Amino acid sequence: MSSEQEQESIRCLVAKVGLDGHDRGAHVIARAFRDAGFEVIYSGLHKAPEEIVQAAVQEDVDVLGISILSGAHDTLVPKIMSGLEEYDAKDDTLVLVGGVIPEEDRPELEAEGVSAIFGPGTSIEETIEFVRENAPDR
Amino acid sequence: MNADDETLLAELLEGKHRALARTISKIENRAPGYRELISELYAQTGEAEVIGITGSPGAGKSTLVDKLAETYRERGETVGVIAIDPSSPFTGGAVLGDRIRMASTVGDMDVFVRSMSARGTLGGLSTATADAVKAMDAFGKDKIIIETVGAGQNEIDIVRTADTVAVLVPPGSGDDVQTLKAGILEIADVFVVNKADRRGSDRTVQELREMIELDSGGGFGGGGHHGADAADAHGGSAVATQNEHEERATWTTPIVETVATDGTGVDEFIDELAAHREYLVDSGARAEKARQRSAEEIRTLLREDVHAMLEDELERAGGIDDLAASVAAGETDPYTVADEVLSPVEDCLAELETRDP
Repeated sequence: MSSEQEQESIRCLVAKVGLDGHDRGAHVIARAFRDAGFEVIYSGLHKAPEEIVQAAVQEDVDVLGISILSGAHDTLVPKIMSGLEEYDAKDDTLVLVGGVIPEEDRPELEAEGVSAIFGPGTSIEETIEFVRENAPDR
Repeated sequence: MNADDETLLAELLEGKHRALARTISKIENRAPGYRELISELYAQTGEAEVIGITGSPGAGKSTLVDKLAETYRERGETVGVIAIDPSSPFTGGAVLGDRIRMASTVGDMDVFVRSMSARGTLGGLSTATADAVKAMDAFGKDKIIIETVGAGQNEIDIVRTADTVAVLVPPGSGDDVQTLKAGILEIADVFVVNKADRRGSDRTVQELREMIELDSGGGFGGGGHHGADAADAHGGSAVATQNEHEERATWTTPIVETVATDGTGVDEFIDELAAHREYLVDSGARAEKARQRSAEEIRTLLREDVHAMLEDELERAGGIDDLAASVAAGETDPYTVADEVLSPVEDCLAELETRDP
């Protein structure tokens, strides 16, 4: 097989978890990722951590972007991370968190295995660049 | 096959979800070794019932698939879903949104939903989808549902991959039905008039029925492998009744009315799907389909291989961009270029033939 036939595309799950209904940011990111040539699966609103895990595992995504604006990140993110671990998916999934995350909560999320946290004011280009550079090589 | 792939294969057959997901990724990416993997899986396939769902955008395909999966699960069967969405012709990117509608079965890992983009390359969709079906089949799924992009030319692929094709027609598409006639009537094994609670659904059912009756006159004889399925008419005309006595190998395309959002009609739909499956087995059409599918697969694989070889040859001839530039500059034309690129290949083949008695 010649290498021309490989058609790899970065697959991302853009996930809204928990009870917050602010999906504008998730939509903007989903659209920007699409325009960057990624394949984006959008979860829809109000998903439980288990649903996000199921989608991430079945879709075999390279990148999981979790959007949380409710302030419940310290309970929701660890649930997702342990769910990923259960299916051996934690190590080779790049997990990003977007939203309003207080400075003092960041180390804890990073310790859970979150690779980057993008707060308000992050440019789209920066996010895309980060994904391109850090998407796991499988 | 390398050690990693062997582990992957073993894990898939053991029923590990992650392994199935990874295998499908390999298939989609045309990753090295994916062919050996499928070739190993091949022996484990053939048990699953493969159902294709197609129809215009917004017809309710995803919602119906969701209800279908839910009902199959209630009956104790495992389900795989492949949902295909379009990809951007410019960036290759895609937003795959069908998963959102599949909420009834969320949290149930025995419904394996996989979104795929229609990566627009030669043979890309059909082979990747067909191979993903094989992976799910080997994994042990009882029912595999493929949801196509909004109806277009991809319908043809669904016929090749699915045992039974259901075409969704939303009510009030009277004029559309007319235009869809040629393509869609030919591939439908079951018609579903979804959103049947909307005004105009009676009329749509009526129009479909008339269409089927009209076409039972024999416009389909020998036309494609679906000809036999569609050749018979709904509505019990004298001819149809007679045929049923003469041979059992006829299929009357039924029309099912559903309201996917609340599940109305889904049981009837499932009954018709099961009836079609039974017909396929009894009439021998299933075996015939399998043969045609294999033939098509061999052709597609060969086409891919030759295509890859030619890509290499193109590189040697200076690359497609340079060749295109020389055409633009008026130095040559595409026909001459194609002949020149192909000539070493033809020479090789000719040499082989003379050597071979």
